[in-house]
Amino acid sequence: MKTLWNSYRYLFFRRFTQIGLLVLYFGANAWGWTILQGNLSSSIIMKTIPMSDPYAALQMLAAGALMATNLLIGVAVVTAFYFIVGGRAFCSWVCPINMVTDLANYLREVIGMNKITGIKQPASRKIRYWVLGLSLVISAIMGVTAFEFISPISMLHRGIVFGIGFGWAAVLIIFLFDLFVLKNGWCGHICPLGGFYSILGKFSLIRVKHLEENCTLCMKCKVVCPENQVLYMIGKESLPVLSGECTNCARCIEVCDDDALNFSIRSMAQNKKMGE
Amino acid sequence: MSENIPNSKKKSALSDRRKFILTMARGVGIAAMGGFVWSAFVDEVTASQLLLRPPGALVEDDFLKTCIKCGLCVEACPYDTLVLAKPGDHKPLGTPYFTPREVPCYMCPDIPCVPVCPTGALDTSSVSTDGVLDINSADMGLAVVDEDSCIAFWGIQCDACYRACPILGQAITIEYQKNERTGKHAFMKPIVHADACTGCGMCERACVTEKPAIYILPREVAQGKAGNYYIKGWDKKDEARLKDAKAIKTTTEISKQSASDKLNSDLLEDLYE
Repeated sequence: MKTLWNSYRYLFFRRFTQIGLLVLYFGANAWGWTILQGNLSSSIIMKTIPMSDPYAALQMLAAGALMATNLLIGVAVVTAFYFIVGGRAFCSWVCPINMVTDLANYLREVIGMNKITGIKQPASRKIRYWVLGLSLVISAIMGVTAFEFISPISMLHRGIVFGIGFGWAAVLIIFLFDLFVLKNGWCGHICPLGGFYSILGKFSLIRVKHLEENCTLCMKCKVVCPENQVLYMIGKESLPVLSGECTNCARCIEVCDDDALNFSIRSMAQNKKMGE
Repeated sequence: MSENIPNSKKKSALSDRRKFILTMARGVGIAAMGGFVWSAFVDEVTASQLLLRPPGALVEDDFLKTCIKCGLCVEACPYDTLVLAKPGDHKPLGTPYFTPREVPCYMCPDIPCVPVCPTGALDTSSVSTDGVLDINSADMGLAVVDEDSCIAFWGIQCDACYRACPILGQAITIEYQKNERTGKHAFMKPIVHADACTGCGMCERACVTEKPAIYILPREVAQGKAGNYYIKGWDKKDEARLKDAKAIKTTTEISKQSASDKLNSDLLEDLYE
């Protein structure tokens, strides 16, 4: 019998990092803490290590801004980090919107919304790549960072750190959209930042690995997964989840009663497969 | 039956291609639609001209593309002068600005808000003189006096703005003028000097009238521009602009003809006919 801790340990860690980072950022503005200053667009750790959002920097580049050295170092730091831990680890371990859309997704199940909308999703998960491309085109034409002026992620995060204004309305829109219009609508279909990290995540090192011989085909992992197209190999083949769209949220690992899913390092996972 | 098989195969191959083209066309169409809505929105929210940026800010167009909206300048400001635009503020979202009537810029000599900027949207070199930070070279805006509501222009003695000015005697001076109405008093009028004013807004904060009679506007809004056609001939520096100037000669249909002496010719008679 699995314990509560075993079934929710990664969820606990994720909420801990998500909320912990918010507290650190908030403390920096409210009480002058220097552990982590700024916000998710750009920040600085202990007044020494800069970090910058590579997608925001890409929009700046498209808009024709001059790139400062500090910004480029910050971009390199963040890119290297997500290259190791999985691109979309940002989405499930850092992004504050994740808590909003997870709540919407949970309520969807509780109130039975999925029963009236059906399992077949009416929208493509490729929309995010179109939005990503579009944001760069608009940045180039308008000479401003297009997504940064509408991003509900920044609105919520900046709102929590610096005061939210009417930003709560943007967050509510996302919540209602995910609850009533489209399951995993924002994070799983539209968000261009998720799309950007999906592309980065194609090459990242930490991956979920499936062991087909342990699988009992209960399909709990596919039900819980917010990007269940990445789990196409369940019960068919022992393969690592190589799609960059996997957010490394580890919910599949937690719900699996048969130890058929676990984290692994990409090259080891591939070598293992070759050895078989 | 067997005749139908290749036929239906052909049909499905065609419809696959058609499906692909239609799907792509749909994608492009929706992207164009969304793109126009998105662009229109971004254009609207970045249109605001009436806001004051932190010291060292690039010109607004460059600032909007370079500022990453991280708020490090806001956190560095010891007086809580700077704030980030929230939804509902009707300012370009997430960018830093200040409202001098609430909290002006106190012109810290070490300008903590500028060097922390990771993107160079706040440019250290623009607030430095000979490589040393110099807040007096900042240019956040320009103080403008509304002479109708300024009580000093009425003849009531007030020099609150003059006293509040951190570059007292240079950015604001007092001009004395005889008050003809009483015959024995003087006007003490505050005069702003655009070359010295940094736009810090301490005068606006200090102004005693209900709504400030001296207030900061972005220079783009507050100032006119004489353009290239006018030169201060008495100013050697300005006169130097003429040094390498080339005469521009325009040729029109009429100027191709040689000048005719109309006044002393019979042609003049045309006027009286």
